[in-house]
Amino acid sequence: MIKTVYPKGRLVAKTGNEVMAEAMRQIEPDVVAAYPITPATEIVQIFSQFVADGIVKSEYVAVESEHSAMSATIAASAAGARAMTGTSSQGLSLMWEMLYIASGLRLPIVMAEVNRAISAPINIHGDQSDTMGARDAGWIQIYSENSQEAYDNMIQATKIAEKAKLPVLVTTDGFIISHCMEVVETYPDEDVKNFIGEYKPDRYLLDTKRPYTLGSIDLQDYYFEHRWQLAQAMRDAKDIVLEVAKDFENTFGRKYDLYEKFMMDDAEIAVVVIGSTAGTAKVVIKELREKGIKAGLIKIRVFRPFPAETIVKDLANVKAIAVMDRSDSCSGTYAPVYSDVVSALYAAGITGPKAINYVYGLGGREINTEHIAAIYDKLGKIASGAEKAFTGIEYVNVRF
Amino acid sequence: MANIKELSKNPERVTGGHRLCAGCGAGIVARQTLLAAGNTPVVVTSATGCLEVSTTIFPYTAWKSSFFHSAFENSAATCSGIEAAYRSLKKQGKVTEDIRFIAFGGDGGTYDIGIQSLSGAMERGHKILYVCYNNEAYMNTGIQRSGATPRGAHTTTAPSGKVHQGKEQNRKDLTEIMAAHGIPYAAQAYVGNWNDYVTKVQKALAANGPSFINVLTPCRLGWAYKPEDTMTLNRLAVETCIWPSYEVENGIYKINVKPKEKKPITEFLKPQGRFKHLFKPENAPILEQIQKEVDAKWELLQKKVEIFSKA
Ligand SMILES: Cc1ncc(C[n+]2csc(CCOP(=O)(O)OP(=O)(O)O)c2C)c(N)n1
Ligand code: SF4
Repeated sequence: MIKTVYPKGRLVAKTGNEVMAEAMRQIEPDVVAAYPITPATEIVQIFSQFVADGIVKSEYVAVESEHSAMSATIAASAAGARAMTGTSSQGLSLMWEMLYIASGLRLPIVMAEVNRAISAPINIHGDQSDTMGARDAGWIQIYSENSQEAYDNMIQATKIAEKAKLPVLVTTDGFIISHCMEVVETYPDEDVKNFIGEYKPDRYLLDTKRPYTLGSIDLQDYYFEHRWQLAQAMRDAKDIVLEVAKDFENTFGRKYDLYEKFMMDDAEIAVVVIGSTAGTAKVVIKELREKGIKAGLIKIRVFRPFPAETIVKDLANVKAIAVMDRSDSCSGTYAPVYSDVVSALYAAGITGPKAINYVYGLGGREINTEHIAAIYDKLGKIASGAEKAFTGIEYVNVRF
Repeated sequence: MANIKELSKNPERVTGGHRLCAGCGAGIVARQTLLAAGNTPVVVTSATGCLEVSTTIFPYTAWKSSFFHSAFENSAATCSGIEAAYRSLKKQGKVTEDIRFIAFGGDGGTYDIGIQSLSGAMERGHKILYVCYNNEAYMNTGIQRSGATPRGAHTTTAPSGKVHQGKEQNRKDLTEIMAAHGIPYAAQAYVGNWNDYVTKVQKALAANGPSFINVLTPCRLGWAYKPEDTMTLNRLAVETCIWPSYEVENGIYKINVKPKEKKPITEFLKPQGRFKHLFKPENAPILEQIQKEVDAKWELLQKKVEIFSKA
């Protein structure tokens, strides 16, 4: 249960979407350009009401598509504005071309993203196929376990984006977080504003005294360097995320890291997961611990940049690991989170733990404590040598 | 009416040394557009295409005002994003100047892939000027047909061959589509009459809302003619009425350049390599059809002028 940790904080009951809109109100970006899509619609709907009521002085641009939403957000950011948008699923897919442009031009855009399955078949429910599909776009990706984290992540994202000069997307799991009412601690407007500070871009298009050209054609002589700089910015972003998390903790009292370790100190079996399912897994772990089973959990908060170096240290002494993916790569091999975890282990020379891959919850398919308990059970057997680790993907709760 | 003496005192904000082909109409349009803007600060956006690629080869730029390009289909959405940022920052007192916003796009980036974002931006009423430099094909990718390519033209994706004789459809009438958005100013212009064009840009920039100019810009490569003939060729487009110069200002139609005598379309088509095949005897019916269509559209335009001037 959420408790106040900030003396001036206020406990409120809000859905994930409401709380993301609330963070946006407090951040009060100069421009928001957006197009509606379930389950993210509410965020921009609520925000446009703030604009209509004069509560924020932001410009709201109700564009005609997500492609234009991202185009206008990019342009507003290049013009010198703090710019934000929100979307999900097909909307993020339609932005694909522009996502790469936002990062390539090093624009500190923040996006509220609600995870949803991708067509076809059309499905409005939560899985992470949409943002996993954008994992190579050069955006920092921060996932939230619940509404509190969604709110806190949005506030931190603003600062991270501007320090790293990279766009950041903050996600919640569609419907599970976006539409569920939870108790969240919000902080006073003024304190949020002080935390994020004023946005002062180095260079911007509306600075007519120093006009410049942005978005030039880069040929063989420069393109590679610019792409290298982008990749380097992503590597450097790990420290920036941690720095901002420290500031955030010092200010508001909530602690954040690139990923969260839950009962990992002596864990023999562990699950790696992203988003709301971590909450379900924690319940299972507490029960297992009561039975003396040394189960642990790693919840990845920041998926891009991927915290490879540190994650491997925390997994090195675990006997069996299950990486749970809420998306599938259709790669013929493994799903995305598993691929990252395993390649990080191998690159660090760690081959002790058996790592297996589960794909679960596609299109909002239920994932409950029993499913997760069964995964730990399997891990226990693999750890003790009673069962062999499987080498393909295991699909949770699916009919073949 | 623009005054050439005053115009000559305006700063040059598109410099020479860009890499557009000799005789390219697009460069002339870009230069005249910014000349027309005078000393007003502007921010320029462009769609992907010849103009953008040739003027911004990193680390060089031909633009002395802020210039932004991000993708092919979104010059209008991009410009509206900048204009929204301007409104927000102005309201907050962070920007104090009066700035104008100009979006460029080729016919491909405007008639085809960009029409959605253009239509959206016009409907939303952003105070931007959108200039379509219309060379009637995708030139940057090697002369493919676009929605602006006229009937009969040979392009690399609508080539003339044994069975087909170039593009078999009419071009879409984008100027009318834009005028139908009810924007304060929409016009059709051409390279080869600086006064007509500059006056239109000045009217468009003064409009209280979105404005659109569709300007015919010959491409010496795609149209296959001698670079020195750019101006003559475009004047022929207006004199044959295949590309009338007109404007729709707050709903009122006006023909800006009325040819003294309407020339046959062959005078415009003949000097261009892209129409060469039409002059084979067996293709005479195509020429006839083009002439008929041009006549009918010209008639219709004159009727619109009549109706709307009485309204
Ligand atoms: C989404 C997308 N599709 C295709 C292209 C390739 N492309 C770049 S420029 C261009 C044609 C440009 O034609 P036009 O807009 O008429 O301008 P011009 O080259 O004639 O100046 C095309 C097809 C692209 N950049 N982006
Ligand atoms: S190819 Fe045509 S449009 Fe492109 S620069 Fe050359 S003349 Fe201009």
